[in-house]
Formats: sequence, C-alpha cells, structure tokens
Amino acid sequence: MRFRAQVLVQLKPDLLDPQGKAVEGSLPAMGWSNVSDVRVGRYVQLDVEAGDRDAALEQVHAMSERLLSNPVIETYRVLDVGELAARESP
Amino acid sequence: MSQRRPRIGVVTFPGSLDDRDALRAVAFMGGKGVALWHGERDLRGVDAVILPGGFSYGDYLRCGAIARFAPVMDEVRAFAGAGGPVVGICNGFQILCEAGLLPGALIRNRQLRFVCRWVHVRVETSLSPLSAGLVAGDVLRVPVKHGEGQFVASAGDLDLIERDGLVVFRYCAQDGGVGEADVPNGATNAIAGLRNELGNVVGLMPHPEHAVDPDVGATGGQSMFASLLFTALARASAA
Repeated sequence: MRFRAQVLVQLKPDLLDPQGKAVEGSLPAMGWSNVSDVRVGRYVQLDVEAGDRDAALEQVHAMSERLLSNPVIETYRVLDVGELAARESP
Repeated sequence: MSQRRPRIGVVTFPGSLDDRDALRAVAFMGGKGVALWHGERDLRGVDAVILPGGFSYGDYLRCGAIARFAPVMDEVRAFAGAGGPVVGICNGFQILCEAGLLPGALIRNRQLRFVCRWVHVRVETSLSPLSAGLVAGDVLRVPVKHGEGQFVASAGDLDLIERDGLVVFRYCAQDGGVGEADVPNGATNAIAGLRNELGNVVGLMPHPEHAVDPDVGATGGQSMFASLLFTALARASAA
C-alpha cells in the first residue's frame, strides 16, 4: 500500500527565527501592520510503500527524527499519513 | 634520516570548497596533508582529521545534515571516540553538530545575510587541538564567510558548555573585549568555536586555513594549525 505523509518542521519556539523576522518586518510596509510572531518552517511531503498505516507512520517518525529535522533546534509534526488510492499514484 | 611529519587528513565531500586550502595550510605549516574521500570508510592512518568548509551535498536540507551520514563519517566518529583529534571548520563545524559530536547547532545568521569579512577571536582555553599552543586571552585575526553561522543551543546545553569551559573561541574586538558589534552572525554568547568534553573534537566558524600565508593576508590561522600539528604529532608518537 502507498501512503502519503505530510511533515511540518519548525524551529523551536525559544529560538529566534531570522526568516520569520524578515517576513514580519516586510508586512507593515505592505499595509498589514497587525501581524506578529511570524515563524517560517519547512513542509515535507513524501510517499511511502508500507504494509499498513502504522508501519508507514512509524517510518515517517523515524525519518523525521533522523534526517528531516534536527532535534537540537527543531520540532516536527506529522500532519497526516493517508493511504493513496491506486489511481492517485503516478 | 627520516623525519616524522604529522599526517592530517582532510575530507572532501561533494560541495566542499576549502579542502585544498586546508591541505595547503597543513603543508605550509610543516605537516603532511592527506586527502580523504567522503564515500570511503578509510582514514588512511592519519593522526588528525579536518572536516573543511564548503556546502556539503549542497546543504540542501540543513547545513551538514546529509554529510553527517556519509560513509567516512562512521570512521570519523570512531576515530573521535578513540581520542583522535578532529577539527570542523565552518561547514565542518555544522557537520560535527549535526552528527552530535559537538553540542548545539548553527542556524541562519541573525541578520539573514551572508557575511564575509575579517574578525577577531579570543582564545578561551588551551584545551583543544586548535588552541593547544595558545593561552586564554590571546586574540587572533581570521576571516569568516558563511550564511548559517549563528551558534545556538538549548538552555541546558548552553549551561553545560559554559560551566565546563567548552568554548574555545569567542568573537571579540581587536583588544579582546566582547561586544555585540563584533559578533558577525548573532551567535549566542559570541561563540565562534567550541570543543567536546574530552577536548579532542573542536569546531569553529572562522577559517584558519585562509590565514596562514603572509603573502595573502593576516596569519591568525598559523598558531591554530601549529597547535593541530603538535597535537597530531604527540598522538602519533604515543601510539
């Protein structure tokens, strides 16, 4: 079975996010002066062949911990792991 | 009569830029540079290892994140575990942090821009392969060139780093004073380089390998390389 996983990686909340700050600094000049706490993260989507959803989920967590995120500075969240119908697979 | 020269391995990853300069600096200072390849599980019996600057594997995910899993890194990890001197410069520092051989991490410069300029660093301890011949308080002039050099660590790690004296170099003014204006990337506690608990692994953002030859600028890197060669030779002699 083929599963599509969505993982969100973000800098830990206590770390200053320079990219977020840059975006935040640009918004008032465009007329949006009511925005704060902008954080820029990384979204990773990937497809996994696995026997069932639990196996896919476990692998996605392992990959997120070892490669997709650096636990020293980042947190990750698995947003979704869903089975792809055969017709959705390329 | 044969003369034993310390053999310093320099690892080339795809995207390494400063491997040649590191090899040249080793030779300039009287050592024997040994080119190592990221794909080989072989350190060729060197007395010390340098992970050089550059953009290993394009740094496409995070700096050093992919290089950390290169075959040669298994050997580097074992070498470091056995007390072998390991030096990470710039991207090499990032790789050592990603590999968990040094605490903390390097993130995007606080001002977001790539920084390329000369800085001063203050030696904080002699207990590292790059500072064995230096004394706390010494000030060296060396260049930096990086986009992701802001050192950060968890509050717990930072306490440990400072308590155990793991900081080896801090960005400073010419007179050795530390002020925010002298930190080129917003690094926490002005940390430019640090070592592990054992004192045999050291990483730094500045580039000593670009600062050994007086024909091309300042020579703040000479004493760092001299320290490394001495440390490597001492280890080779003890073996």
